Amino acid sequence: MALPDVKQELTAARLDANAVPESGAWLAAARADAVARVQSMGLPTKRDEYWKYTDPTTLTSAQAPEAAVFEASDEAPLYDTIDRLRVVFVDGVFDAEASDDLTLEGVTIERLSDAGRADIHWAKDLYGVLETKGQIPVERPLAALNTALATDGLLIHVTGTPTKPISMIYRHKDASSDAVLHHVVKVEAGASVTILENGPAAARFNKCMEIDVADTGAFHHIRAQGRDHERRAVTHMFGRLGTESVFKSFTLTANGVLTRNEVVLELTGDDAQAHVAGAALGDGAFHHDDTVFITHDAVNCESRQVFKKVLRNGAVGVFQGKILVQPDAQKTDGYQISQSLLLDDDSQFLAKPELEIYADDVACSHGSTSGAIDEDALFYLRSRGVPKGRAEDLLVLSFLAEAIDEIEDADIAADILGRLEAWLERRRG
Amino acid sequence: MLEIKNLHVKLEEEDKQILKGVNLSLEAGKVHAIMGPNGSGKSTLSYVLSGKDGYEVTDGEVHLLGEDVLDMEPEERAAAGLFLAFQYPVEIPGVGNMTFLRTAVNAQRKQRGEEELSAGDFLKVVREKAKTLKIDADMLKRPVNVGFSGGEKKRNEILQMAMLEPKMCILDETDSGLDVDAMKLVSEGVNALRDAGRTFLVITHYQRLLDHIKPDVVHIMADGKIIKSGGPELALEVENNGYADILAEVA
Ligand SMILES: Nc1ncnc2c1ncn2[C@@H]1O[C@H](COP(=O)(O)OP(=O)(O)OP(=O)(O)O)[C@@H](O)[C@H]1O
Ligand SMILES: [Mg+2]
Repeated sequence: MALPDVKQELTAARLDANAVPESGAWLAAARADAVARVQSMGLPTKRDEYWKYTDPTTLTSAQAPEAAVFEASDEAPLYDTIDRLRVVFVDGVFDAEASDDLTLEGVTIERLSDAGRADIHWAKDLYGVLETKGQIPVERPLAALNTALATDGLLIHVTGTPTKPISMIYRHKDASSDAVLHHVVKVEAGASVTILENGPAAARFNKCMEIDVADTGAFHHIRAQGRDHERRAVTHMFGRLGTESVFKSFTLTANGVLTRNEVVLELTGDDAQAHVAGAALGDGAFHHDDTVFITHDAVNCESRQVFKKVLRNGAVGVFQGKILVQPDAQKTDGYQISQSLLLDDDSQFLAKPELEIYADDVACSHGSTSGAIDEDALFYLRSRGVPKGRAEDLLVLSFLAEAIDEIEDADIAADILGRLEAWLERRRG
Repeated sequence: MLEIKNLHVKLEEEDKQILKGVNLSLEAGKVHAIMGPNGSGKSTLSYVLSGKDGYEVTDGEVHLLGEDVLDMEPEERAAAGLFLAFQYPVEIPGVGNMTFLRTAVNAQRKQRGEEELSAGDFLKVVREKAKTLKIDADMLKRPVNVGFSGGEKKRNEILQMAMLEPKMCILDETDSGLDVDAMKLVSEGVNALRDAGRTFLVITHYQRLLDHIKPDVVHIMADGKIIKSGGPELALEVENNGYADILAEVA
C-alpha cells in the first residue's frame, strides 16, 4: 500500500536530515534494512490510531525543536551515593573523560560506534532484530528510525553478576541537539544486571534499547527522565524473556514537554516475570505517554504494568497498555493498573487499557482511574497537625507508592523517592 | 479550655442548618460527655471544631484557651492543642502508620517552635505507648488504618492522641466497634492522659463507656442544641429511659 503523500514527504525529509552513520558489514545491513522499513511504514502523524493521544509532529520533524538547557543546581545528582559504573553521553555523544573505564567483571561493555565497525559481532542477532519483531502487530516507525540512525550506544553482554549497576547518564548542553542512541543488552542464562539511566539527554532524544534475557537471567532497569522542561523524548524498550527470567523496569519522569515511552515485551519462556512501572509528575507544559505492549507466549508467566501520573496546571498524561495472551500461554497472571491524580481541573489523563486473551486458563485484571486528592484523607492529616502542603505531598507519595514499590533495590528506591520529594517540595515553594 | 458560644452552623452546599445555637463551656481538667439521638449534630460539632471544610458558621464563636479557633486552619488548631478522635477514622493507603505519626508529631512541634523528635526518641515513645494499647509492630508498619478492624482503628486514634498529647481531646464515639476488653484498654489510655491541664469531650451513645471514663458533666444534644446538662446520673437516665422524657421535658 502506498503511503499518503504527507507521510512520504515527512519520512523523506527526516531521513534526509541525518546521514546513516558509516558502519561495518553487520551493522550496515541492519541499518539498510531499517531505512527500508521506515520508508515503507512512514513516520507517524497525529492521524495514526496509535498516536491518537500524543502528537508526534515534533518527534518526526526534520529539525529538532530547540529546548533551553536547564541548569539544576538545587539538587544533588541522582544515584550519587550508589556505587556504579558511569557512562556519560552529552547530547548523545559519548564523553570518555566523564565516563568510567568500561570494564566490569561479569559483563563486557562496548560502544556501538566501535563494535559497529567490525564485520561481525554478537549483537548482530539482536540489533534491530527485537525492534523488527516489535513492529507486529503495531508499527513503531520511530524505533526503526532509531535502528537506522543511531550514532552510538552500548552493547552490553552480561555473563555473570556484575557487582555494580551500569549507569548511563545523559547530559544536555546544546539547545538544539538531536540525539539518537541505541543500546543492546544480552543477559546470559543465570546472569543478572542492573541498568540505571538518568538525565534529559538532548533537546530531542530518540532512544532504543533491545534486551534479550536468557533462561533464569535477570534484568533490572531504573530510569529517571530529567528535569529539563523543554526537552522531548521518544524511547523504546524491546525485551525478549526466556524461561524463569526476570525483567523489571521502573521509570520516574518529572518535567519534559513531551515524553513517549514505549515498552514492548515478549514472554517466550515458561515462568518468566515482567514488571514495568512508571511514576510521572507533570506541571504545566507536560505531556507524558506510556505505551506498553506485553505478549504472553509461554506458560505460567507473570506480568505487571503499574503506571501512576500526578498532573497539574494543564499537564497531560497518556497510557496505552495491552496484555496479549496467546493461545498456549495458560496460567498467565497479568495485571495492569494505570491511574492519575489530577491536582486541578485543567489537567487530563487519557487511558486505553486493553486485554486480548486467547488462552482459557488465565487470571488477568486491569483497571484505570482518574481522581483528585482525597479530601477526607487530607483533612485527617491536617487535623493531626500536618500542614496542608505537606499533607498533599504525603497523599501524592501514597498515590505513587505502588509504582515505587516495584524498585527492588532499597538504596535506589530511596534515591528515587528523594528526587520525588524534592520535586514536590519545589512546587510548594 | 474550650468556650463555645451560640454556635450556628449550616452546610455550605445546602440550605440546611445543623447546629442551632450550641453553648458549652469546658473547663480545664474536666471530662464532659455529649449524648444525643442520631443525627442531632454531635459529629458535626466535632468537625466544625476541628476545621473541616463544607460547613459554614453563621453565628457564634469558639475559643480555645482564649484564642479564636474558627479563624484557624485545621493544622493550626491541632498545634494549638485540639484533637479529634474520629467516629470513622480515614484509611490512607501508601502512608505508613509510623511515618504518619512522626510527621504529625514533628509538624506540631515545629508549628509550636519546639525541636523535632529524633527518629530514635520517637520510636521509643511510640513503642511504649503502642504496647499499652496492644497495638503490635505490624500495625505500626502498615498503611494508616488500611485493613484495620473497627476496634483497631479506634485504638489507633487513641495512640495518636497519646503521642500528640493535646490539651483538648474530642472523642467521637470512640467506644463504637470496641469489644469489652478493647473498651477497657482505650479507657485506660484516656484515663492515663487525664490531668489538670487537659479537657475531654466524649461523644457517646452508651453509659458503658462512661463507667470507665467518669464524666464530670453530661450534656444532651438534640436537633443542633444542648437541651439539658447535668451530672453523670443524666447518662444513666438516658440509658434507662431513652430520650423521650428529656425531649418532652424541654419541648
Ligand atoms: N455533609 C453533609 N451533607 C448532608 N447532610 C449532612 C452533612 N453533614 C451532616 N449532615 C446532616 O446533619 C445532621 C447531623 O449529623 P451528625 O453526623 O452531626 O449527627 P450525629 O449526632 O453525629 O449522629 P450519630 O449519632 O448518628 O453519629 C444529620 O441529619 C446529617 O444527615
Ligand atoms: Mg456522629
